[in-house]
Amino acid sequence: MADQSYDPIMLLDAYRRMRAIRDFEERMRREVQAGTVPGFVHLYCGQEAVAVGTCMHLLDTDYIGSTHRGHGHCIAKGCDIGDMLLEIYCKQGGLCNGKGGSMHIADLRKGMLGANAIVGAAPPIAVGAALSQSTLQTGGVTVTFIGDGASNQGTVAESLNMASILKLPLIFLYENNGYAEFTGISYHLGGNIARRAAGFGMPGETVDGVDFFAVYDAVGRAVERARKGEGPSAVEAVAMRWYGHFEGDMQLYRDPQEVDRLRATADPLVKFEDRAIRDFGISKDELVEIDEEIAELIEDRVVAAKAAPKPPREALYTDVYGSY
Amino acid sequence: MPIKSFRDAINETLKQEMRRDSRVIVMGEDVVGGMGGSSGVAEAAGGTFGVTAGLAAEFGRRRVIDTPITESAIIGAAGGAALTGLRPVAELMFIDFIGVCLDQILNQQAKFRYMFGGKCSVPVTIRTLMGAGLGAGPQHSQSLHAILTSIPGIKVVLPSNAADAKGLLATAIRDDDPVIFCEHKFLYGESCEVPDGEYLIPFGKANVTRRGSHVTVVAFSRMVLLANKVADKLAKEGISVEVIDPRTTSPLDRDSILESIEKTGRLVVVDEGGPLCGMASEIASLAACHALSALKAPVQKVTPPHTPVPATPHLEQDWVPSPEKIELAIRTTLDQKLARTG
Repeated sequence: MADQSYDPIMLLDAYRRMRAIRDFEERMRREVQAGTVPGFVHLYCGQEAVAVGTCMHLLDTDYIGSTHRGHGHCIAKGCDIGDMLLEIYCKQGGLCNGKGGSMHIADLRKGMLGANAIVGAAPPIAVGAALSQSTLQTGGVTVTFIGDGASNQGTVAESLNMASILKLPLIFLYENNGYAEFTGISYHLGGNIARRAAGFGMPGETVDGVDFFAVYDAVGRAVERARKGEGPSAVEAVAMRWYGHFEGDMQLYRDPQEVDRLRATADPLVKFEDRAIRDFGISKDELVEIDEEIAELIEDRVVAAKAAPKPPREALYTDVYGSY
Repeated sequence: MPIKSFRDAINETLKQEMRRDSRVIVMGEDVVGGMGGSSGVAEAAGGTFGVTAGLAAEFGRRRVIDTPITESAIIGAAGGAALTGLRPVAELMFIDFIGVCLDQILNQQAKFRYMFGGKCSVPVTIRTLMGAGLGAGPQHSQSLHAILTSIPGIKVVLPSNAADAKGLLATAIRDDDPVIFCEHKFLYGESCEVPDGEYLIPFGKANVTRRGSHVTVVAFSRMVLLANKVADKLAKEGISVEVIDPRTTSPLDRDSILESIEKTGRLVVVDEGGPLCGMASEIASLAACHALSALKAPVQKVTPPHTPVPATPHLEQDWVPSPEKIELAIRTTLDQKLARTG
């Protein structure tokens, strides 16, 4: 039942971003297995609705702080997929000119303040971004993505408190994907992530992170509150990750059937498609057209990234300082 | 030229830079002071040592931000604000507290520009207190500038007098890279001639505080004062001591140091940082790598021992390099010869 209306153009855009994340990550998985990608890669499959349901509310002048599992956040925030792939392959012309790689993709023009390989390091930086928005009165908001593992870092508590007392336009977007590296949430988490927000004097709610609409609605409330100058909020989106902590993780800590179950019952794209077609007049053909377009785009950009030139040897020494 | 204290020079510079550029903000614990207290006296402190007094009154609390005791959030937020349009001056009350926020310096601010492919600036200044001598004990007395100096991507500044504090702080605030500005707490009451108005000192340019020809003394922060005092005493005996204050350890003015060693052939390094992997070792290594043929005697390092700083006043006195130890090191190097074979 449609209890709320959603702009069909927005919905198709959201689907395009979710499909792009899925295909991007599935392709990265195959490429890592084939040994073509340098470094560590942390895949976002299963969590697509969280990044997209959140970023559909944001403009380029709004900021996000990301995590080591950042590809989905980048795509949802509008980063160019070709430039992302150049970066993941550490090639010249990548979003960070090839020196950041998968875990440090940043795109300030799009308000993407960087994936971050230190768990729990982004929230204090996001406090600063929200402080800029508040001090310069830009009307912008900042979202900091925080995994369930990172939720236990002291930096997160410090950031919750600072955002609360300074009434910053900041949203703490917890992504509860069930595991902190190889440790399940039933072991590593005391209490409840969303309810911790109340201790800092801000609203916090838990939503089904597999359901785009649930994420979109909850983040919409938080963004509205932030834009009105009413301060920070927390949203916990629960969506299990389909793959390992990093690609190549043997996942011995997981029931081998768990991922099959998730694929069958907790696919954010399937869930979106069902409801979009049933309640909001989107046709299957429109979605198939997007699927084909994305498949072609990713194939094309991966081929281009692999063929692109590496940064020159001098790049080792550049951009350490602005001046020195 | 007017005489001003180190404390007042820093306060004046913060005000001048905040007037000049509305993007400059000041944040930290008790930089306003008195928020939420029962007396209702706002601006009750202006910093633990009164360095930020009067800022909130002039610039308002939107630009002078009292924070909780939350170093990771202070330093991290300063970095995030620097990425997004502000030029924050964050106060880390004591450099010892770097232990609870080092990630935001080491892994974040220091690396943003490099790992983002040169596509950002990080104009953040972290003011922090360093140094022993107040009986404040192992966790409020350290000189940790060498740890920071070893991190690529940040700059480290150690002013030794009020005029340098002014000129170097203005440069730090206008710089587009993260700068750690280390204020020795024993220097706050020291005064000298300080120019009014705009005054900038470039980074990486050493100051030769005493000209001499017999021995080169390289000293940092408060140690420059002690070295100057010893140089003046020995001058009366006809011993000509050149004292070099590098002012910044990153970037380091290697050329001025090497030039002086080439001239004198003798080197003493005085630092309140430790004897292992510290600035004294760094300067000694510089001499060994690039001026060995000029050295007439082994390099003398005057540093504290490899121990924590004791709270015990008489032990702390023994811990800190003293004029007597500097004098002894100078006399030793003048008495020694470097044995050469072949």
